[in-house]
Amino acid sequence: MHIPDNFLSTPVWASLDAASIPAVALLARRASRDLDEARIPLLGVMGAFVFAAQMINFPVGIGTSGHLVGGALLGCMLGPAPAALVMTAIVAIQAFVFQDGGVLALGANVFNMAIAGVLAGYLPIHFWGRTKRRKQAIFAGAFLSVMASASLAMGELLISGIAMPRPLILISMALFAMSAAIEGAITVAVVEAIERLNPRLAQKTHASSGRAIVLLSAAAILLGGVGFLLASSAPDGIQQIGVKLGLAAKTGFHAPLADYSVGLFESSWLRRASAGLAGLLLIYGVCLGAGRWIGRQRSA
Amino acid sequence: MTPLIQVRGLYFQYEDGTRALDGVDFTLEAGETVALFGANGSGKTTFVLHLNGILRGQGEITVCGMPLSKETLPDVRSKIGMVFQDSDEQLFMPTVLEDVAFGPLNLGSTPHEAIHLAEAALEQVGMQHAATKAPYHLSAGEKKRVALAGVLAMHPEILVLDEPNTFLDPPGQSNLVHLLKTLPQAKLIITHDTHFAASLATRAVFFQKGKLVADGSVNEVIQRFNWNYSALPADLRYSAQRRF
Amino acid sequence: MHHVHLDNWSRGRSPLHRRDPRAKILALIVFLIVLATTPANASLTLGIDAALLIAGILIAGLPLGELLLRAMVVLPFSLTFGLISWLAGDRLRALALIEKSYLSAAAVLLVVGTTSLPALLSGLERLGAPRMLVLVAQFLYRYLFVISEQAQHMRLAARSRQGDPRFHRKGRFRAAAGALAVLFARSYYRAEGIHRAMLARAFTGRFPLLGSLHFRVADGAFLLAAAAFLILVRVQ
Repeated sequence: MHIPDNFLSTPVWASLDAASIPAVALLARRASRDLDEARIPLLGVMGAFVFAAQMINFPVGIGTSGHLVGGALLGCMLGPAPAALVMTAIVAIQAFVFQDGGVLALGANVFNMAIAGVLAGYLPIHFWGRTKRRKQAIFAGAFLSVMASASLAMGELLISGIAMPRPLILISMALFAMSAAIEGAITVAVVEAIERLNPRLAQKTHASSGRAIVLLSAAAILLGGVGFLLASSAPDGIQQIGVKLGLAAKTGFHAPLADYSVGLFESSWLRRASAGLAGLLLIYGVCLGAGRWIGRQRSA
Repeated sequence: MTPLIQVRGLYFQYEDGTRALDGVDFTLEAGETVALFGANGSGKTTFVLHLNGILRGQGEITVCGMPLSKETLPDVRSKIGMVFQDSDEQLFMPTVLEDVAFGPLNLGSTPHEAIHLAEAALEQVGMQHAATKAPYHLSAGEKKRVALAGVLAMHPEILVLDEPNTFLDPPGQSNLVHLLKTLPQAKLIITHDTHFAASLATRAVFFQKGKLVADGSVNEVIQRFNWNYSALPADLRYSAQRRF
Repeated sequence: MHHVHLDNWSRGRSPLHRRDPRAKILALIVFLIVLATTPANASLTLGIDAALLIAGILIAGLPLGELLLRAMVVLPFSLTFGLISWLAGDRLRALALIEKSYLSAAAVLLVVGTTSLPALLSGLERLGAPRMLVLVAQFLYRYLFVISEQAQHMRLAARSRQGDPRFHRKGRFRAAAGALAVLFARSYYRAEGIHRAMLARAFTGRFPLLGSLHFRVADGAFLLAAAAFLILVRVQ
């Protein structure tokens, strides 16, 4: 689910970078307000824990084993904003140190896994995490977390014009659903094991999240859901949209490989680039404005 | 002479109600090295964590003439240099130099001054060559020495060491003894190792269930509580070497 | 472990090692953008970019073969999608995808191999990354291998006790969850220990940082030269 560089088309990775930058800045500011710098070692260590935890095998079938992704677990234990910050650090380290995911695509991967993934996973826990239905809430959260990040990644790849025959897309979505279910099972099992081990740890109540986080969580789930539905029902449709919007890379499925298409690209390069830049600034501005608005809502 | 540390009537209770410290009185004079003995969980670590205000209990604590309070905390923490049992928890910065400079920087040194203090402290413990290394690449003994440098850089008057011998092999242990003998500060050493204690300390105290039940010379305390590694019953001692 | 190689590589003293991390990061971004926007059939451009990378690796004194080998971590992904594109008839795109994603990975390796992670994080912070994020990443990296080693020991211990893997799947699942819970608890207590150690050394509530990066003429020259060369090659 970590998208490497050169898979997403330029408008897609660039706009996701533009969207992620204010989002991460907002998260960092939110986290530094809730916890002072003394808690930074805890966040770092929890990030290291998630990395290490990904090594442990959970047997799920004959010869198959699953692994923890960790977004929902972190959200449960730390709260959504710190969890998203930790996941951002994890994704960044994975990209730079392990080349797992690209550098230009960092915005996309952070958006999918650290922001949408964590937020989507948090909603059920926010509403039902302290009720009798806690187990189901945690399962649902972990499930949504993986489905949202995977669907978004898939959607981004398709809209970039990556060739994928429909059967393959459907198989992928089915695999995502299986991984999501496994994540749910593992997360529930681990949270319960932590509670048995030391109830004090599991009760580390974080500041109850405001309306803004709940709204964002719902938005994340919707986004993931829309991506999922589109991908499974109309994969060719997404690609067509991508081509029409100019988001898909020029040499697409049916374009002839003649030189003239490259020449076209070259001559309108400057026009395209400036249009693209304007679009980026617009997206960046919208995200920044949204972030400020959210910040004001919270302090009200 | 004013004692360096004076503790009167220290009580401390954990959240679940267990009494960790049950009325402890203690004094440390300049130049002394005191060994703290006691079973695991008897309150030794809990006690020392009160000396620099990491834990707050009831009672009076005075360090270098300053009563322990919120205002005096930074000064007290510069006077007491604490070396914890787990060096990985103590060396938390990316490189050795940054870690040793952490203390001086917190006390207000400029980066330039802090680097000087750090380099001097590293020389004192013989680790000046490791300044740019990451702590992960050091051996247990090297980590312990860097941890010590980290507190020496703050020019403390008192050193507190919590079971410093843990993870050290015999050569590492003897190196540590030699190093500690060169340091002029008063020392409090929590240890189970009676040989280690005997080579460094003149005085020992014994903790039992949160109370200080003995205070005397090292040999007195060891003998009174039979607190010796060779306290194994005679038939078990060296039994592996017996022929059949 | 992988990181050990990176740690060793980044200790060199080549001209590349000595450049300010900000210059290297910005040069990397220019390289990646140029690569990403290069059309699939511009093989000359791709070739020159590859040659530039190899030159960089040699100047830095990094082990060429090993680095090129490590860059292959991206291949499973790119080969799969490349194959799909190839079968769909778009051969040029398939090849370009594989080449470009491989070169991107190698470029990142070159930068990370000549810059220690703390320096890289400092550079990112000076370029605008939020301080909180950078500090969290710094601590993450510091304890990454300590905790991973713990996890490996637990894995080994669990496997030593394991019976026939065909049976007791549910039991093994719960055991794995238990192992993670223990790892979580130990990590949490470790964080508490770190906090105590910070307090004991007069932590003021804000991390003091030594780091001073100096952007020198050489760094500026390096960045301008690299960027100019790459853009020229691209626009040809």
